[in-house]
Amino acid sequence: MRIARTIRFVAWVVGFIAPAFAQENSDCLMCHGDKAATGKRGGRTISVYVNEKKFGGSIHASLTCVSCHADLTGKEFPHDEELARVDCGTCHSAEQELHAKSLHGKAIKRGDPLAPQCKDCHGTHEIYSVKDSRSQVAPLKVPFLCGKCHQEGTKVMQQRNIHQDHIIENFSESIHGEGLLRKGLIVAPNCASCHTAHSILPHTDPASSIAHKNIAATCAKCHALIESVHRKIIKGELWEKQAHVLPACVDCHQPHKVRKVFYNQGMADADCMRCHENKDLTSSKDGRSLFVRLEEKNSSRHSKTACSQCHSEVNASRVRPCETITKKVDCASCHAEVSQQYAKSMHGQLIAKNDPNGPTCKECHGTHGIKGKLEPISPTFATNIPKLCARCHREGEKAAVRYTGSQHDIIAHYTESIHGKGLMKSGLTVTATCTNCHTAHSVMPKSDSTSSVNRKNVPITCGRCHHGIQEQFEQSIHHVKLGRTDKQLPVCSDCHSAHTIQRTDAQGFKLDIMTKCGRCHEDIAKTYFDTYHGKVSQLGYTKTAKCYDCHGAHDILPISDPKSHLSRENVVATCQKCHEGATRRFAGYLTHATHHDPQKYPFLFWTFWGMTSLLVGTFVLSGVHTLMWLPRALQMRRELKKKEMEPEEQKTPESKDGGTSKRA
Amino acid sequence: METTADTESTVLPKQAVPVENVVAEEKQFLRFSRLNRTLHVIMVVSFMSLALTGMTLKFSYTGWASFLSHLFGGYESAGYIHRFAAVLMVGILVAHITDLVRRKRKEFGSWKALLLGPDSMLFNKKDLYDFIGNIKWFLHKGPRPEYGRWTYWEKFDYFAVFWGISVIGSTGFMLWFPEFFTNFIPGWMLNVATIIHSDEALLAVGFIFTVHFFNTHLRPEKFPMDIVVFTGRMDLEELKLDKPAEYEALVKSGELQKYLVEPYPPIVIRTVRVFGWTALTIGFSIVVWIIYAMLFAYR
Repeated sequence: MRIARTIRFVAWVVGFIAPAFAQENSDCLMCHGDKAATGKRGGRTISVYVNEKKFGGSIHASLTCVSCHADLTGKEFPHDEELARVDCGTCHSAEQELHAKSLHGKAIKRGDPLAPQCKDCHGTHEIYSVKDSRSQVAPLKVPFLCGKCHQEGTKVMQQRNIHQDHIIENFSESIHGEGLLRKGLIVAPNCASCHTAHSILPHTDPASSIAHKNIAATCAKCHALIESVHRKIIKGELWEKQAHVLPACVDCHQPHKVRKVFYNQGMADADCMRCHENKDLTSSKDGRSLFVRLEEKNSSRHSKTACSQCHSEVNASRVRPCETITKKVDCASCHAEVSQQYAKSMHGQLIAKNDPNGPTCKECHGTHGIKGKLEPISPTFATNIPKLCARCHREGEKAAVRYTGSQHDIIAHYTESIHGKGLMKSGLTVTATCTNCHTAHSVMPKSDSTSSVNRKNVPITCGRCHHGIQEQFEQSIHHVKLGRTDKQLPVCSDCHSAHTIQRTDAQGFKLDIMTKCGRCHEDIAKTYFDTYHGKVSQLGYTKTAKCYDCHGAHDILPISDPKSHLSRENVVATCQKCHEGATRRFAGYLTHATHHDPQKYPFLFWTFWGMTSLLVGTFVLSGVHTLMWLPRALQMRRELKKKEMEPEEQKTPESKDGGTSKRA
Repeated sequence: METTADTESTVLPKQAVPVENVVAEEKQFLRFSRLNRTLHVIMVVSFMSLALTGMTLKFSYTGWASFLSHLFGGYESAGYIHRFAAVLMVGILVAHITDLVRRKRKEFGSWKALLLGPDSMLFNKKDLYDFIGNIKWFLHKGPRPEYGRWTYWEKFDYFAVFWGISVIGSTGFMLWFPEFFTNFIPGWMLNVATIIHSDEALLAVGFIFTVHFFNTHLRPEKFPMDIVVFTGRMDLEELKLDKPAEYEALVKSGELQKYLVEPYPPIVIRTVRVFGWTALTIGFSIVVWIIYAMLFAYR
């Protein structure tokens, strides 16, 4: 009423003053009535044509041009090219105030070029009443109007932080959208019905019409008696009075997506418990217990979810409301995104094939007592996950039996690994457990390219915790970015293994790494074992230089790269890590030398063969000498023995020829 | 260089005893001086230690090597033992040369007398004739040569030690102090030194534990072992048989009784035998291990 009064007042004032200055609309239209009329704004040539007929039909028909273009009041015509922006607030101050506080208004204040002005929604000279179907803001047009900015692909959706997606699509498919757009019910809610026209605020703003505590009131504008309908699910008056305790409409009926679903008649949990609190209740089909402990559900993550929200298809009008249930609980009705992921996973694929081994949600998460993964008693709490996965993946269990890959005893190995010890012995919940590497819902065999443990994804997967290492590794010759080989480049698991990961300062790891490197660098590993470092390592000691001590671990680069630990610039410092007094000449020691290569190492080759000749020569000569001696020595022994047997007097020292010429 | 039995005043009889009165079982001929016996015992210990600890590295790819290395308390303590034994070995060399200098002054007066005397360790014409004679004897073409104080193979063994200590010792020091030595030599010389050190050691070990063992301890007529190098004493009978020329010379000069001493009591002999057996066992084990490593595990 106030608006109308203001307009009338303004019109009156304008009507009164106008003749005095002879600024009739017709004066303006003398120029602006010409379709070819142009003007300049901000250096651009724009059309300044005003359709007299349309303006005449608009809600502002009774106003003069200068009542809006107020800066022209009293000016000579033709006037300056650059006009001030029309201030709608002169008349519509209340709307302007709301708009200024809204998201849109604040964006204008910030100078956001995408922020909508009055005219962006209402138009300029052709503004009609909201009730007029020609109006841009008529109920049927509002979704399209808002959709100009709020549909997929627009700058607003791409560049501004909008939390919802597919707003217009979802709305048009929702029960509200269908009512409005397909059935033409102008009483069906459009965007502005919930978000208001001018006071659009984020749901986090307590003043917003869609704030959690206000949403019920907003919905109740149309669904006035919704409390009584929801009596059984939501306890009547509490719903509005204690909005913070109770779910808001949107918790069940998602915004924009509000489906044309027939939400089953509300069933209070108590209705279910009439039967299910009986401990002896069993299924007539398979005899399993159907007893439910309501406290269990009420202390679970689903404490605010009613039985019938999961066990849908109940019919409250039956004596046994559950007798209409035909399907199993479908978690996807709420957890849609995660269910989609899961369906693509190996586990999900098994379920799709009706394989009895395929684990359903409840296998891991449980049923009525579902806990969040941050609650220590949850089977999905970090320290419980290995036990959880072990139920199927322990050797001999159903998953391990059907597995044909190379990883065995994974649970036992994991428990002994650095991750397993960190988790189980040190109790570090941040340690990697099964799901950190394999993901929780997108588990795929490593052969699949989308798998988190696929070769090409392993560095990223490990890098989620070991980020610094990943950065180093990506700069190394072993990473695909720099690697120049058609052979397979190593990833984390090739050196560290998958389930038997050890501390890298453990003796086993240090010794094992040489065979790991040697799998690809066969020759160079062999020659390493020909030198001191290699020999000591081979004896089982870790204190001498291993591959990584000189070449680096994750930042390995070819020696030709100046950044390499073994480049000319760095090699002496690398030796000095252990050999304090090392000089450049010292660094000339051949750590991979072999004496079997006359081309590469002639000095070593000839030294070796020189020494070997000396050795063989000496042994041949002395060996022949000794072997020739042996039969004679044996003979000498026999004769000496014989002589001892002879009488004392004959045993004289006279035998000058050593008794050898005497024959028995 | 010559080593006649050093005057062992403590064991030498106070009175000269006529040769004919000597009963073979009671008196024995003193062949090695106390110092030389001591040096040989130290050398046995040092050489065995060097061989055992060194071979662990040379044949590191065998399980034996790893076992032994751990037995020594790890490669580091094996290294300490190796270097300690090496220092002992060099000490033996120094002690021996010091002893020679001392004896040159006291007993010979000049190097010429020491080096070219009848009992010199240097090779001479007689050794050549002995060698030829010995080969003939092997082939049943003549009598066994009448050896003097030192046979040619004993002289060979003696000089082999000089060669071995200088070659293995010098390269060993290079490997012990690589940072210092690379101030003068290029780094790859350390690789060369490693090969020389290790192959020369293999030669030494192989030679000592086969040829030397056979020549001086294991010859069938002395089997199972000749302990003269530890006790310093041998029966006169044996001297007459083994070194007739020396015996003759001693009888001729009338000096024989000067070298006749009381034998050691049985407990000493037993101890010496235990020591000898230990050394022999270790030596042969090393030989077996080397052969195994070379034939079945060589890389």
